[in-house]
Amino acid sequence: MHELKILGVGILSWITFLPVLGMIIVLMLPKEKEKTVKWTALGITLLQFVLCIVLWMNFDNTLAGINKIEGFQFIEKFTWIDVPGFAWTNRVVIEYFMAVDGLSMPMVLLTGFIGVIATISSFSINKSIKGYMALLLLLNTGMMGTFVSLDFFLFFVFWEIMLLPMYFLIGVWGGPRRIYAAIKFFLYTLFGSAFILIVMLALYFSSKDPTTGAHTFNVISLMDPANLLPGSLLAGSLTTARLLAYAALFIGFAIKVPIFPFHTWLPDAHVEAPTAISVILAGVLLKMGTYGMLRMSYGLFPEAMVYFGYALAVFGMINIIYGSLCAMAQKDFKKLIAYSSIAHMGYVVLGMSSLTTQGISGAIFQMFNHGTITAMLFLIVGVIYDRAHTRNVDEFGGLANKMPKYFGLVIIGFFASMGLPGLSGFISEALAFLGAFSVEPIRVITIISTLGIVLTAAYMLWTLQRMFFGTLPEKWSGLTDLTAREYFMLVPLAVVVIFLGVYPSPILNMMATSVNQLVDFVSKSTSLTIMGW
Amino acid sequence: MLTQQILDGLSKFYPETILSVTILVIVFVELFFKKKTRVSGWIAMAGLAAAMLFTFLQVNIPAQTIFFQMVAVDPFSYFFKVLLILSGFLIVLFTFLSDEIRSSEFKTQEYYALLIALTLGGFLMASSVNLLMMYLALELSSLSSYVLAGYFKKSNRSSEAALKYVIYGGVSSGLMLFGISLIYGICGSLDMFAISAYLSANPVNLITLLIAIFLMLAGFGYKISAVPFHFWTPDVYEGSPMPVTALLSVSSKAAGFAMLIRFFLVAFQNAGHPTITTEGLHQYITLPGLHWPEVIAVIAVATMTLGNVVAIWQDNLKRLLAYSSIAQAGYMLLAFVVVSPQGISAMLTYLAVYLFMNLGAFFAAILISNKYKTENIEEMKGIGYRSPLLCVSMAVFMLSLSGIPMTAGFIGKFYIFSALINNGYIWLAIIGLMNSVVSLYYYIKILKNMFLIRPQGDTGAVSFGAGYSVLLLALAIPTIVLGIFFGPLTKFAEYSVQIFGLK
Repeated sequence: MHELKILGVGILSWITFLPVLGMIIVLMLPKEKEKTVKWTALGITLLQFVLCIVLWMNFDNTLAGINKIEGFQFIEKFTWIDVPGFAWTNRVVIEYFMAVDGLSMPMVLLTGFIGVIATISSFSINKSIKGYMALLLLLNTGMMGTFVSLDFFLFFVFWEIMLLPMYFLIGVWGGPRRIYAAIKFFLYTLFGSAFILIVMLALYFSSKDPTTGAHTFNVISLMDPANLLPGSLLAGSLTTARLLAYAALFIGFAIKVPIFPFHTWLPDAHVEAPTAISVILAGVLLKMGTYGMLRMSYGLFPEAMVYFGYALAVFGMINIIYGSLCAMAQKDFKKLIAYSSIAHMGYVVLGMSSLTTQGISGAIFQMFNHGTITAMLFLIVGVIYDRAHTRNVDEFGGLANKMPKYFGLVIIGFFASMGLPGLSGFISEALAFLGAFSVEPIRVITIISTLGIVLTAAYMLWTLQRMFFGTLPEKWSGLTDLTAREYFMLVPLAVVVIFLGVYPSPILNMMATSVNQLVDFVSKSTSLTIMGW
Repeated sequence: MLTQQILDGLSKFYPETILSVTILVIVFVELFFKKKTRVSGWIAMAGLAAAMLFTFLQVNIPAQTIFFQMVAVDPFSYFFKVLLILSGFLIVLFTFLSDEIRSSEFKTQEYYALLIALTLGGFLMASSVNLLMMYLALELSSLSSYVLAGYFKKSNRSSEAALKYVIYGGVSSGLMLFGISLIYGICGSLDMFAISAYLSANPVNLITLLIAIFLMLAGFGYKISAVPFHFWTPDVYEGSPMPVTALLSVSSKAAGFAMLIRFFLVAFQNAGHPTITTEGLHQYITLPGLHWPEVIAVIAVATMTLGNVVAIWQDNLKRLLAYSSIAQAGYMLLAFVVVSPQGISAMLTYLAVYLFMNLGAFFAAILISNKYKTENIEEMKGIGYRSPLLCVSMAVFMLSLSGIPMTAGFIGKFYIFSALINNGYIWLAIIGLMNSVVSLYYYIKILKNMFLIRPQGDTGAVSFGAGYSVLLLALAIPTIVLGIFFGPLTKFAEYSVQIFGLK
């Protein structure tokens, strides 16, 4: 069992709560010292990222995790709440239980990475920077905590914690319709969380921990059908209650992804959010939805997942086609990227639904790549919006000559998004399609979904043409090329995109064992042949 | 023998005795001071502190009834006594710090005496095991609150509030009294244990009994402002002095719940013989054919839905908090539908949490009206940038009331929904959760105005004295801490409920 401690505290706790520490420091700094505030926040996120790298260096690719506690690494497990209970009430135990496996490790890395990029990008914020940075750091803790918790209660708390900073970050620092967008985001997500909470409680009362004898929130214990009390609500296999619970959990996670028809909050939130927040939203937050499905829905309701596998694939297809078509119709550059982000999450859902090693590997890798590529695209939008104060694609033209360095990075971002070979997006999309195609019942859906690639190419190239080729309108003759700060946020992303496009093994190897274990676990937990009923 | 029992009873009646003495002292002392004085306030605090001390001494006292089966001294009443004293204490501080009260024609005279009387009434409501005693306790607390609500004699709103309160209160307690008489007629006794024993041994006319229960519910429902007995709430909350509103929303409500729980669980359950289910949990048996938990479920759903939906349209902060407190009562009633110790302990947990967050919200409202002279939410634009501490605390209270994790309110809701789901009331849990999503909209509306809209015109910082900040933090910090370390609180709540399982 791998362990890594700094000052007697486990590394995962450090990674998760370092931003909170940073938030406290930031809040104690005087309001006038804007520079110090910015650099402190950046220092904290950099330190966090370094810890993520250290974690990665010590990560053992051969351990699987998923449903076996022995396969998890860097485990931290303490009792958080333990109410012994009287003669007539049960003992209540809630654990502080964190660990990583191949499923969460890529997400931890991504969160650390995007956290740094978003902080650099936030340097251009000029109103109440102190509050902004404090909230940004709190948001970071919420996201990181979600990816490393293995106690459902803890997971839920982190899941909800990040709603609040997000609400204020969009609501205070956003665009003209920010108040509407912020409340819409908050209500949508809270609506979803309500379902997650119900499933969580229902599972809790259906379970019995083998060691303590009390009910449990421990996700790993919950995955073992032997720990579900016979006759309890969620015991058994393929019962109506279990299918409904899966559906409820699905709604909770689907809102976050977002899967059609729960997606309407996303374009609003993106358009109104400041650039850095869009980066985090697209880069990390959306992944929490798909991660939740893989970790919770798949692990806790494997047979229901298989039962609804076909439907999930259809949802993926709708996301791909519908998202792409909507993107094509947009004139607002940021909204276009927002819809393309919905479409690209569709690949993740499609890959996941196949329940093959390739498909799920592709899905997780796509989650990672979507994080870097879409982050890049939103930064690209931010760069032009900071200069021109408009995002209307039609108002631009001929930018390629005016801003050549910018154009170079735009090309990388756009092509990666299209899935051009040699860039990271290609590998993950290919794997996702490969996995989905190999499964007979959803083959047709996969074939229809590949249309998405053509559509993506169409709207991306069309946008490129409208904005960067042709003649430069007179009013944009004063535009300047990238600044040093903008390099610092775009170039690392571009490097990662190219590197993983050429040599994807570091990430793929990281998750391979866990994905195999997940596929194995889910397919063995049900008598249904996968997709074949 | 008689003297012996009275003396024995008195020795376990110290907290109540102290409160009664405090009332007399305040009334007496007021004769010697001018119209505006804090002396009686300090006396009230001293009295409450002494009562608290003597309540603490009762912590391990075995559950028993005193004064010829009139009043019970048990962990359940202990819980409510602690709650009521804490609330009374905070309200005295609120009164000290409220400009509304300082600047008006407010005469302190009987104010503090009435406040203590209301608390004393609450004590007795929580501990009475005889219907007559219960009714008297209810009247003691109600009559004090009528006067308190109308304490701004010259204000039309305040007088209107008091009048409405009296009329509604009078009708409700009249109905309740009629219900009590019906029950007496059926069972031949006012003693709750005797009623329980009679009902479990003899066949009775369930229709008559159900009517009696409905009539009783009018009294309880009015006290906890449950639909359809809630009509007085918004007007009274809006018109009363703010500290009084806070008092009504917490103390009076808590006492109402205590009475409701005890009445139903002792008189209408087979309390002496809780059966043990397969899971080792004690479960109460309802009288066959008497579906009162279903009645409570309907009332709970109506209460929270109405409270939440109507609150959305409110612009006045006090009115909004009034509807919010109606909705909160709905959540607590929801826990009562689960007639099990788990449900009741969830309810008590929620009440304790509610004390901090709701009083906190009212205190923040008092401070806002002190400094910004407004109760209108739309006029609170951008004040988050002018008084950060106040508005951040307000944010904590609002989020806690809507049940966002890491706040105490989440833990309260968490326990309530746990109890519901564990007992198979999944639909009720879903309705409750959807309600809390709706409630977020109006709670966040306040925060929206405070933080999301920049201040217009005057943007100078508005700060408060240290005393205000300390009190604000004293309410905000428990609201957060109880959201993270709630073990002791839930343990206390579970301990307090055991009387019903063990009698």
